[in-house]
Amino acid sequence: MTTATRPALPTGGDSILVANRVTKAFGGLVAVREVDLDIPRGSIISIIGPNGAGKTTFFNVIVGILEPTSGGVMISGRRMIGRPVRAWGEPVLWFAPAIVISVLTSVAGLAKANSLVELGIVATIVALAAMLLAAIIRPAWYLRSLRSLGIFRSARPNEMVAAGVGRTFQNIRLFANMTARENVIVGMHLKLKANLGDAFFSTPRSRAEEHWAHDRADEMLALVGLKGRGDELAKNLPYGDQRRLEVARALASEPSLLLLDEPTSGMNPNETAEMMALIRKLREELGISILLIEHHMQLVMGISDRITVLDHGERIAEGTPEEVRRDPKVIEAYLGTPAS
Amino acid sequence: MTAPSLSLRGDRGPLATFGRLRAEHRSASILVTWLLIGILLPLIVELPGLSDFQQQVVWVDGFAITGIYILLALGLNVVVGLAGLLDLGYAAFFAIGSYAFAFAASPQAITHLNISFWPMLIIGAFVAALFGTLLGAPTLRLRGDYLAIVTLGFGEIVPAIFLNADTYTKGTNGIGGIPQPQLPCIGDLCVKFTFLDPFPFFWTMIVILALVMVFIARLQNSRLGRAWMAIREDELAAASSGINTVTTKLLAFALGASTAGFAGVFSASKLGNVTPTDFSFTVSFTVLAMVVLGGMGNSWGVAIGAFVLYTIQAVLLKELNQFFQGQHVPILESIDFVQYQFLLYGIALVAMMLLRPEGLFPSTRRRRELHESAGGVEVTDLPPPTTEIGES
Repeated sequence: MTTATRPALPTGGDSILVANRVTKAFGGLVAVREVDLDIPRGSIISIIGPNGAGKTTFFNVIVGILEPTSGGVMISGRRMIGRPVRAWGEPVLWFAPAIVISVLTSVAGLAKANSLVELGIVATIVALAAMLLAAIIRPAWYLRSLRSLGIFRSARPNEMVAAGVGRTFQNIRLFANMTARENVIVGMHLKLKANLGDAFFSTPRSRAEEHWAHDRADEMLALVGLKGRGDELAKNLPYGDQRRLEVARALASEPSLLLLDEPTSGMNPNETAEMMALIRKLREELGISILLIEHHMQLVMGISDRITVLDHGERIAEGTPEEVRRDPKVIEAYLGTPAS
Repeated sequence: MTAPSLSLRGDRGPLATFGRLRAEHRSASILVTWLLIGILLPLIVELPGLSDFQQQVVWVDGFAITGIYILLALGLNVVVGLAGLLDLGYAAFFAIGSYAFAFAASPQAITHLNISFWPMLIIGAFVAALFGTLLGAPTLRLRGDYLAIVTLGFGEIVPAIFLNADTYTKGTNGIGGIPQPQLPCIGDLCVKFTFLDPFPFFWTMIVILALVMVFIARLQNSRLGRAWMAIREDELAAASSGINTVTTKLLAFALGASTAGFAGVFSASKLGNVTPTDFSFTVSFTVLAMVVLGGMGNSWGVAIGAFVLYTIQAVLLKELNQFFQGQHVPILESIDFVQYQFLLYGIALVAMMLLRPEGLFPSTRRRRELHESAGGVEVTDLPPPTTEIGES
């Protein structure tokens, strides 16, 4: 194993996210090469870099949309993203219950217990179907049993949300034909517990929950500055407000880490200032850690605790804003080499 | 005094009160409406113009069959209208429900199980839901056209299996002798389901429809309904909001299929036999046309769409034939309009898409979607929601 020769993983005692040598290649093109990132709890960290530097690819790896070619990501000390480990063990898990039942059935067959054999054959089929279904749905108990068998598979985007990572998109991806409030309530999906039965029978529990969600969504909207706009369709909001709504939707899942992908792209200076104030407020009032991706360097200087600079998929600098600003490699990446 | 100021508010008229009652007691209003339909529809056809055309019994018999189509349309509306998954093979689940009841109840089937109608109504729905999940599982990554092709294939495979596995299904002959539902007599009051008396079937259908519609209305406004809508809008954003898109889509397929299972069991019992030809592509297509014409996403719209289309097909076209033949109109006299029903559906769908894309009775949501132009920025102009890869 190559990992054995590498230095030990940073344990990240108080890090919310630790990315370790994340590499993502598309065929021969290496979009991200061995990038490390450490986000201490309660900090604002930025990733900057010129267009095409691999920022969004890196971002998509750490939220579980793209599987990394190598390297991994840990959230609050638990490994969430990386190459599969002992993936061959997963089919064993699928077939194990069916095999056990079919062995028992064969024993019953030898004992000439015919009714048991019929039952056994049906049970084998049911067990196999149930396990295969669980393998595609991946409910919590299935993930737990994977973990207890030492099998590791990268988390899916929805599992990353459950682990406390919220995100926004570079090109706004709201549910355009739903109202602002509904967008936020969808964001609360994991906080709501109503199941099919609750919905069918409209139980008091689910009605109380709907009321709660409604009020909570309005609070979230007020927090990002969209008070009283809950009934408007998302697509009818002005551009800046759509970006705010995306933040509100991401906040609704009560994340401990919020990933913002170019939250100010396409905004005018006024809207940009408001967005930056909002980001600061989130950290100070809600204690959320924030990872910001931007290509405007000036923008993140005032707000970030530390900055990572990417260029051509590689990390060329890391440090406080002041250190990064003076770094000759960063200046070169942004402005080019001196002519002489 | 505060009382006079209240009367100035605009929501005090009887219509507004009615609207508010409907909004506050959604389930009750659906039940009451279906109760009224169940009572009034058999009376309406006794009116002079309608009773001349056919007897009340024939009308009610037609309504019971229309109910099957309404049920199918409501179920397909969950898959297509709410979750946005285009399903062109919906008749397959109808077939599975029908054959499930045939195998469970018909003395002619090889199984000889003899299960009665009422439990089978539930079991049939479960069996159909199981097959819905089975179809859903491999198609989870597909959307739009690709999904349509796969479901189309599934819709062809299922009747083909029933046709060709003739040791079990008797092939083209189908399975006959399917029993009718039975209810225990309460004192002297006996309800008998027979081929000659369509009323018990009609009222059973009304009850099923009312319950199914209440459930769908509740689902639509629940956590699951929102998740469906979110997936329809943008699957990646839905996943990034914590929705397990796999479970959510499978549930849409399963619940849509279970409704078709209800319809299948009912129709097998109503008609007394099942044959593979009852579940051809035309059924899937007709039901889809009903959903689109009625207004995707709106249960009442879809129900009315199904009623209108089926009535046109079963009543109006025959009436036209008789009318032109009776009047001896040249050319038109020799046309059999029933033969041209799909041409008419096609024209209706094209006209609909051009003039009123949201359907005859759209949900308020869809009306807003299509007629409220986006202010400021067009969100819909963004690239289609596929997994975003790399930089932009």
